[in-house]
Amino acid sequence: MKLKRLLIGGAAALALAGAAQAEGVKVGMITTLSGGGAGLGVDTRDGFLLALKNAGEAGQAVELVIEDDQQKPDVAVQIADKMIQSKQVDVLTGIVWSNLAMAVVPAAVAQDKFYLSTNAAPSQLAGAGCNPKYFSVSYQNDNLHEAAGAHATDAGIGKVFIMAPNYPAGQDSLAGFKRYYKGEVVSEVYTQVGQTDYAGEIAQIRASDADAVFFFLPGGMGIAFMKQYAESGVGKPLIGPAFSFSQDILPAVGDAALGVKNTAQWSKDLENEANKTFVETFQAEYGRLPSLYAAQAYDTANLLLSAIAKADVGDADAFRAALAEADFPSVRGKFRFGPNQHPIQDYYVREVVKEGDVLTNKIIGPAMADHGDAYAEQCKM
Amino acid sequence: MLLAEQALNGLQYGMMLFLMAAGLTLVFGVMGLINLAHGSLYMTGAFACAVVAAATGSFWLGLAASLAAAAAAGALVEIAVIRRLYARDHLDQVLATFALILVFSEGTRWLFGSFPLYLKLPPSLSGAVLLPGGLHYPLFRLVIIGFGAAVALGLWWLITRTRLGIRIRAGEADREMIGALGVDIARLYTIVFALGAALAGLAGALVGTIQSVQVGMGEPVLILAFVVVVIGGIGSIKGAFIGALLVGMTDTLGKALLPDLFGQVLDASSANTVGASLASVLIYVLMAVVLILRPQGLFGARS
Repeated sequence: MKLKRLLIGGAAALALAGAAQAEGVKVGMITTLSGGGAGLGVDTRDGFLLALKNAGEAGQAVELVIEDDQQKPDVAVQIADKMIQSKQVDVLTGIVWSNLAMAVVPAAVAQDKFYLSTNAAPSQLAGAGCNPKYFSVSYQNDNLHEAAGAHATDAGIGKVFIMAPNYPAGQDSLAGFKRYYKGEVVSEVYTQVGQTDYAGEIAQIRASDADAVFFFLPGGMGIAFMKQYAESGVGKPLIGPAFSFSQDILPAVGDAALGVKNTAQWSKDLENEANKTFVETFQAEYGRLPSLYAAQAYDTANLLLSAIAKADVGDADAFRAALAEADFPSVRGKFRFGPNQHPIQDYYVREVVKEGDVLTNKIIGPAMADHGDAYAEQCKM
Repeated sequence: MLLAEQALNGLQYGMMLFLMAAGLTLVFGVMGLINLAHGSLYMTGAFACAVVAAATGSFWLGLAASLAAAAAAGALVEIAVIRRLYARDHLDQVLATFALILVFSEGTRWLFGSFPLYLKLPPSLSGAVLLPGGLHYPLFRLVIIGFGAAVALGLWWLITRTRLGIRIRAGEADREMIGALGVDIARLYTIVFALGAALAGLAGALVGTIQSVQVGMGEPVLILAFVVVVIGGIGSIKGAFIGALLVGMTDTLGKALLPDLFGQVLDASSANTVGASLASVLIYVLMAVVLILRPQGLFGARS
């Protein structure tokens, strides 16, 4: 009798497990975990994993495969092919860099896989190249720079010196800033990608009659610039997008970043329940403050879980509709998708402050409300 | 005034490149070894400086640690790996030392994590000073110029005035012969390699102080250091010095002047883009011109 019950119980458990597997979604995360840009990928991975963990049982519906793209487009493409063909993932995510996204995303959506972007959102994929299976859960690349332009205008800054690396994202950045800046751009400087010495540019800033400096220099470039700028004693106020003031690099910049205004759609002090949980559990789990990249990945995972709860990934139309509803508690508070499946959200001005010994950001005001992007009109879906 | 500041910037940039290239050309000239992992030793110096400076609160101890750590890492690598490569051709050396880059990078990440480290100037060296002529210039950049000049003088003295220098020059000319004369060639090579590594480590610590201390920081400068070695002539310390100053000046002044120059004929926005693009290839143009005129480099003995 006992044996029979055990057998029935076992069979039932197996059946349940089988059912759970059928409902599950296999997610392939391609992100940068080695080399100089690894900090961004590590935060992306950790934010995503945290969301799955916080979701408890629901989080187990996601089977996650993670691979390192080494920040190289060819490696990313190889991993994507492997994940799609032999691992048969349903959804891809995690790419940090726009050039890698351009190499992977068009092919992945053409093979009927969903792609949810945790960061990179190049203009090409927001406009004419948009796709029903591609969602950006972060922003559109120009957005943070547009917000910085709007902030500079609001702050009454008459003349500004602008600077970015000479590559597509850098050119988009300056274009985005100028789109919403009403004052005069006294000088527009393109630096080399990966440049680490900014003495020449700082001399030009010193010689110019600008009231403020706007710069977009992601990663180590921004660390180098800010340390050197602080040493130079030039002292014109700096404005930038959040990338150079993100929690992953602020500790390395040190006090040189104090007081700098930067723009973002998220900050750790945004007041809403989801964000409170996110920041607290992230600190408890990893022993550091979360960055913008972690927040975006956390939202991406929660968006995915909200769609899994409503539709089966095998039914692509229903699943897409469920994603498009964006029915999840975002750490940004308000969040919805525009017609090109890029976010319509609020952007804030933050200031770098010191809380105890820790450098971090504090929101000091709004920059843009309910802002979409400049490319949505070109998107025909 | 702007031009004077840019010339100083070029000088400082050149001195930094010299610190990188001196070790590279020393190793290449004496041992005939192409060491792609030179940038990793630079990274080792920067990390050692950041860690020791953070632990002790003293930048100078950090600087000493950067020399010690890079020299030790260099000696270790020479004994464990490089020693087996002297007899091989350059392709094998490139392959093996490229593998060392990966080992160093991931090893550093394993030890210190993926996020950049904090390394700050001591208060006594930070801020700008007023130079004659009313120019405000960051003090630490003057310090780097001083370090570069001191290292150049020190190396000149070492190579021309000391017993070790005589052996180094002899080893450059004929390694079998000085071996036959009773010089322990293996130990000499280890010393030369450790010396080159220490110079890279010093450069890493100095530069990490004003830039960023992170995994992978050595690779971009490595390319420039090779450009300097090629322009200056392989194996020549004097060549490395002149080449580094040329590259530093060309790069800095090019970035400062070219966009304005194009501004005379083009509209501002495209002048900036074209100027910036051209400025970034200017040093390679310089290298090409030097190689056309003097294929062995400015002060190179062999081509």
